[in-house]
This record gives sequence, structure tokens and C-alpha cells, in this order.
Amino acid sequence: MSAPAAVPLLTTPLNALHTELGARMVPFAGYSMPVQYPSGLMAEHQHTRQAAGLFDVSHMGQLKLVGPDAAAAFESLMPVDVIDLPVGKQRYGLLLNDAGGIIDDLMFFRVAQSEIFVIVNGACKVGDIAHIQARIGQRCEVIPMPDQALLALQGPQAVTALSRLAPGIEKLVFMTGGNYTIAGCDCFVTRSGYTGEDGFEISVPAAQADTLARALLAQPEVKPIGLGARNSLRLEAGLCLYGNDIDTTTTPVEAAIGWALQKVRRTGGARAGGFPGADTVLAQLDNPASLTRKRVGLIALERVPVREHTELHSLDGQKIGEVTSGLLGPTIDKPVAMGYVLPAHAALGTRVNAIVRGKAVPMEVSAMPFVPTNYFRG
Amino acid sequence: MTIKFSKDHEWINAADANAAVVGITVHAQDALGDVVFVDLPEVGALFAQGEVAGVVESVKAAADVYMPVAGEIVEVNEALRADPSLANSDPLNTGWFFKVKLSDASQLDALLDEATYADFAKNA
Repeated sequence: MSAPAAVPLLTTPLNALHTELGARMVPFAGYSMPVQYPSGLMAEHQHTRQAAGLFDVSHMGQLKLVGPDAAAAFESLMPVDVIDLPVGKQRYGLLLNDAGGIIDDLMFFRVAQSEIFVIVNGACKVGDIAHIQARIGQRCEVIPMPDQALLALQGPQAVTALSRLAPGIEKLVFMTGGNYTIAGCDCFVTRSGYTGEDGFEISVPAAQADTLARALLAQPEVKPIGLGARNSLRLEAGLCLYGNDIDTTTTPVEAAIGWALQKVRRTGGARAGGFPGADTVLAQLDNPASLTRKRVGLIALERVPVREHTELHSLDGQKIGEVTSGLLGPTIDKPVAMGYVLPAHAALGTRVNAIVRGKAVPMEVSAMPFVPTNYFRG
Repeated sequence: MTIKFSKDHEWINAADANAAVVGITVHAQDALGDVVFVDLPEVGALFAQGEVAGVVESVKAAADVYMPVAGEIVEVNEALRADPSLANSDPLNTGWFFKVKLSDASQLDALLDEATYADFAKNA
């Protein structure tokens, strides 16, 4: 994921603050990003699960699609229902290639009937914007928003901290949002995130990001959290990391994110198909026996971390798959992983072996999330 | 007998050449972050200098533990296996990894002394 050495790293609008806070900076998606602060990954992870953590995710891509045909146009790129998403609501989406592989996963928000706000992965944003522009640039305006920073405030006390600065914001429920003035900053806020916890994502003009971040960090519940804990939090929540768990070679059905494909776009639905790779994806949905692999959650039965690219074997020693993300989950306090296995080994409770440094570590196919989610649904 | 350091960020205290103590340095544990797992060698195993004898893992990364000198493993730190965070909280004492019977004590001479290692780690 790191940028080629010759390319200087970009910085986010919070770069000076990260340095001031003593962050350890690493290259990620072409940016210099905080991987952890002095308290360390474990403490940061636990703080987010127990109180509230502030994440700088300004490397992510933000853009707007504007025009009367924007929703229908965007829907033509994804296997999800865009057209019927009500104004004021947010949804998870997937850009697919013509083979049904995942170009990126994203969040989109219906700002108005003719305006959609989209947040995509940092490492994919240049390609995503080019793809969207090329495919639907004739049908709606595609407006990148490079001058917006993005902060995430996550954890059970995020609402306490944020509503102190923006009374009324506690009324938002999961996957809704709106405009708020917070500490004098012009914010667009959604109640969502990528940790499995209740929380908010806040889009703010880059020039105001430092002011907003300092105002949030001044709240007693809030501490800064790095990308390291973001990764362990999202994995415990069973959420995919693009580039590890999903990529252009995996379809949404193989990736077990069929829940993101609403009925209206499936076979028999009013707007079935009509997205890139529809033939492949719908055939897999209609005939699960045709799948050659499936993403599953795994918990190790011994206290040995099982990391990405670790081979998975059946109990009789055949290679059946590979781990795509894995670590010792700080909250569940067990080694957890996700990976792809042959469908015959994908049922919950199936025992497999991970081959770690030549030794078999027993694992069990397990339900995700590994840690119960804590979303606020009102 | 003073403590010597390797460029792989291990320390070795060879006060007893039949049971020299090996661990990871303060710099190494700081770079790794919170240690959650250690894989220790078998007692009786023989290793050449520079061979991988163990593994130390934090939530975010795994790192090999190399043999700073050749020898036979005579004891491993079961307390560390049970509580890997000792590698963070007390890396130079109770967070030791294993003890080794030296095959060739002269290999110690090529290792770094504390001041040289401190300079090396600063630029690592």
C-alpha cells in the first residue's frame, strides 16, 4: 500500500497536529498517516471500544455526483439500490468491474434528490473518480472534493462528546446525517463509521480541520487513534479492508457481502441487473453451488496470531484457502482472521488448520462480527 | 561481563557462557508496539548464529528473533510465553526470551557494546 519511494508522501490537514501529539507516521495510500500515538495500539483500541476515539481519515476520497440523473447513473455502476435511497440516508456500495470484481467499496449519502455524496478508499480514489467520470460523466456532474478533510469520531461516548459541541446531533440514527456547525466549523456529519461502534464521520473543509480536531480532542472522552487500531477495530467488526479482503479479483458473492445487494437489483427484482458484471454476480447469487471460494471469519483455537497470506488447510492436509486479514483481536482477546476457503469448508463451526511457520494452528470458521456491533438505530 | 547487542535488536548477557540470556532491546519492543505473542524455540535445539530462533508479534506486526550467537537452547522463558507484555514492560530483565549454551564465545566480540548499539538504533 505504500507509495513508491520516488513519490513524496502527501500529508493531511492534521499533519502538524499528529506530530504535536507524538504520532508514529507511516506511508499509507500515498499519505503520511498516524499508525499510532504514544499510548499505543492496544490502549487506543480499548479506548475506542470504551469511550471515544478520533481518527484522521482525510486520505479517503470525497466526491459529489450532481444532476437529475445522478442516482440512476450511479446505480448503473453498482449492484445496490441507489434510486430508492431516501434523502438524508446513507448506504454501503460497491463499484464493480465488468467481471463482477470489486473496484472499491464505498459509502454514499443522498444529500438531495439530485445530489449524492460519496466517500471512497484513499488508495483507490484516483482510479474510482476516473472510472466514475468515464462511465457516467455524461449523465451527471462528477465533482471531486479534495479540499475536504474527513474525521471519524467512534465509540460509545462519541455521541456524548459530539452533542456537547453540537446539541441535537444525538438525534441522528445509524446511516443518517446532515449539516452541523461544530466549534465554528462547517461540518457534514453522518452517524456511521468503520469500527463496529456507534460514532460519526465528519467531512469538514481542510482549512477548518485542525480547529475541529482540537475541539474534539478537548472533550474528556476523546483520544486520538491511529490506523493500527482502526485496522484491529474493523477486523473485530468483521468489516473488509479493501486490498486485503476484497479486490478486483473477488466478487461480492465470494466476499459474502451479498447483504449489500438489495432485492430490487437481484434476479426477479424490479431493476434486476444492469450493473457491471451482473451476469457473473447474479449467476453466483442464484446458484451458490457454482462458487469456488467464500470469505469466512476464523477464530484460532490456540493463542497464535494468524496473519494475511497464511495458508489454510483442511484437517486432512489439503490446501483449501488463504487468510486475507488476521491479528490478535484486542477486545475478543483471541486471534481472529478472515480469509477465503473452498465452499465445502465455509460452514460455521468447520475446523481448519492455518499453517503458521510450518506448524498447524487449529481454527474454527466463525460468525462475524467477532465483537458485537454497537450501532445506534434509535 | 557486560551486555552485548546485535544489529537485529537483540541483547545477550553471557555472564554464564553455559546459559547466556537473550532478549529483545528497548528499541525493538518500542518499534513493534504492544507484544501479544512470542514463539520460543525448543529446549535442546541447536542454532547457527543469525538463524531464526523465535518470533515476537504485536497486534500490527510479526518479527523474527535471531540467534545473536551460535549455540544450544538450554531454557526458555515460560513467564514470557504466558505474558508476552513482559517484552514491553521489562525487556531487559523479566522479559528475556531464552538462554543459550554458547558454541563459540568469540562470536560475542563482534557484537555491539551498549554505546555503539545506542548509536545504531538511533539511526535504525
